[in-house]
Amino acid sequence: MKSLAKLPLYIVALILLIVSGYPFVYMISTALKTQSDFFENPFALFTSFNLENFLNVFQMGLSRYFLNSVIVTVVAVGAVVIIGALASYPLSRMNFRFNRVLFLLFISGMMLPIHATLIPIFKLSESMGVYDTLLALIGPYIAFSLPISIFILTQFMREIPKSLEEAAKIDGCSHLGIFRHVIMPMVKPALMAVIIYNAIHLWNEFVFALVLISSPESMTLPLGLQAFRGDFAVNVPGLMAALTLASLPILVVYLFSQEKVVKGLTGGAVKG
Amino acid sequence: MQQADSSLAAVKEDARNKAKKRKLKNALTIGLFVSPALLVYALYVIYPILATLNYSFYDWNGSSVGTYIGLQNYVQLFNDSIFWTALLNNTWITLTSVFVQIPLGLIMALMLFAPIKGIRLMSSVYFFPFLMSTVAIGLLWIYMFDPINGSINQLINLFGFENVAWLSGENTALIAVLFVIVWQFAPFYMILFRAAIVGIPEELYEAADMDGANPWHKFTRITFPLLMPTIVSSSILAIVGSLKAFDIFYVMTGGGPNHATELMGTYMFKQAFVNFNMGYASAIAFVMFFIALIVVIIIQVLDFYRQKRGVFSE
Repeated sequence: MKSLAKLPLYIVALILLIVSGYPFVYMISTALKTQSDFFENPFALFTSFNLENFLNVFQMGLSRYFLNSVIVTVVAVGAVVIIGALASYPLSRMNFRFNRVLFLLFISGMMLPIHATLIPIFKLSESMGVYDTLLALIGPYIAFSLPISIFILTQFMREIPKSLEEAAKIDGCSHLGIFRHVIMPMVKPALMAVIIYNAIHLWNEFVFALVLISSPESMTLPLGLQAFRGDFAVNVPGLMAALTLASLPILVVYLFSQEKVVKGLTGGAVKG
Repeated sequence: MQQADSSLAAVKEDARNKAKKRKLKNALTIGLFVSPALLVYALYVIYPILATLNYSFYDWNGSSVGTYIGLQNYVQLFNDSIFWTALLNNTWITLTSVFVQIPLGLIMALMLFAPIKGIRLMSSVYFFPFLMSTVAIGLLWIYMFDPINGSINQLINLFGFENVAWLSGENTALIAVLFVIVWQFAPFYMILFRAAIVGIPEELYEAADMDGANPWHKFTRITFPLLMPTIVSSSILAIVGSLKAFDIFYVMTGGGPNHATELMGTYMFKQAFVNFNMGYASAIAFVMFFIALIVVIIIQVLDFYRQKRGVFSE
């Protein structure tokens, strides 16, 4: 009787499972098929285990896109963590005249449609001579990651007790010393959230890459995948292999540290 | 005596100088901490917005010198039926986000607390769609919606329906893409609601149990009212996010067929980087910025009044 009452719950849970999970199963299963397998029976799941597609897409340039994405993400996230934390320290813990205005200026960037900046940034990259290089992406990536980073970091920094800072001051610590030895160790969980949030978003970023990059040597993964689409118009298993490889890093990280990823991704919206 | 006075003055003067120095040093410190971020932000966010506004007054192809034409781009924009279609489609995304995505996210979050086996494992899968890049999602779903080999048509065949050319039909393309958006973002709201539900004190439910409340009453009288702040903040995120929509539409339909799924974002992109109407595209971009600004101001004002009311009622 009791388990019968739970039946509707099981049905809803199962439907949600199928709707969220099936596309991934389909993607991986198709990636493992040969083209003729796919045309014979496009819907049968896991009928063949053929790894050739993965090798092929790697040879067709996916490894280059991969490397580019890693470089851009690591450099931009590293930079945004440092300069974001530096800016968050006075914004959260010092009184000065333009504090509130500066803070609002930074965090209002979260609401900004990127399109409002595209043309000038495109022109800027040309006049700086970085158009179509990874350098063109790094500047905008840092700038557009700052708002959420400062938002998360200032929230955490505000909660550090003033006494800690004063004790360090009496010991003759400079502001930079306090920042390095008191503040930074205290906000480690927030730094983690900032790193995860920005890394995932930048790994997946598309608009700036689309506008600022044109040659395959400089393409990041999302842009490369989009370019693959033309090459693979008829080779669905090949495209699915590329999609699988591109999604793998984040899914693996997620499976190993679910709570951290979830907290990081929703860091701006969920406190604690 | 006079000597003492002057030395006192000297001490005061000295103290004042020191205070001034300290203040200056403080300002310098703050400047050093904030300036790297401010510099990058000014260069890639603030300057571009002002430049976009400036470009929007020109007829300009992006390379040669533009011609100043005043507000003509804006006049053209308001008479451009494609722009109004785009604005309407952006509105559809907003409505879908608020009235489909958020309720679905809430249902998913409630399911996470359902007393059934394996829900922990299932919830990990529920979150998957939010982790995948939008481009990858778009490409994957193009094949799911494929008229011949797509899984969606396979599914509706089971129920006796004919194949549908989802993405190339003017009436179905928008629905198909909106479905994918819901699929991608519902898990995000699920997590927001999960965090809020965890925060509801257990005692409230215990008290309700003692009063003999049924699960529906517990939901409508306790859970739902206490989730209201999360519903509001989720709606804000959804509205602001809808204005920025671009990737999934660009990949899945490119704004087509025949502009049926055009967004402000895709239209701006095409005008700027396909047709090289940079002045006109800047006008579209600035309107996008302006709409976002208005939305933010409305939210701030509403929030201000809500807080003021809160102060009076307490």
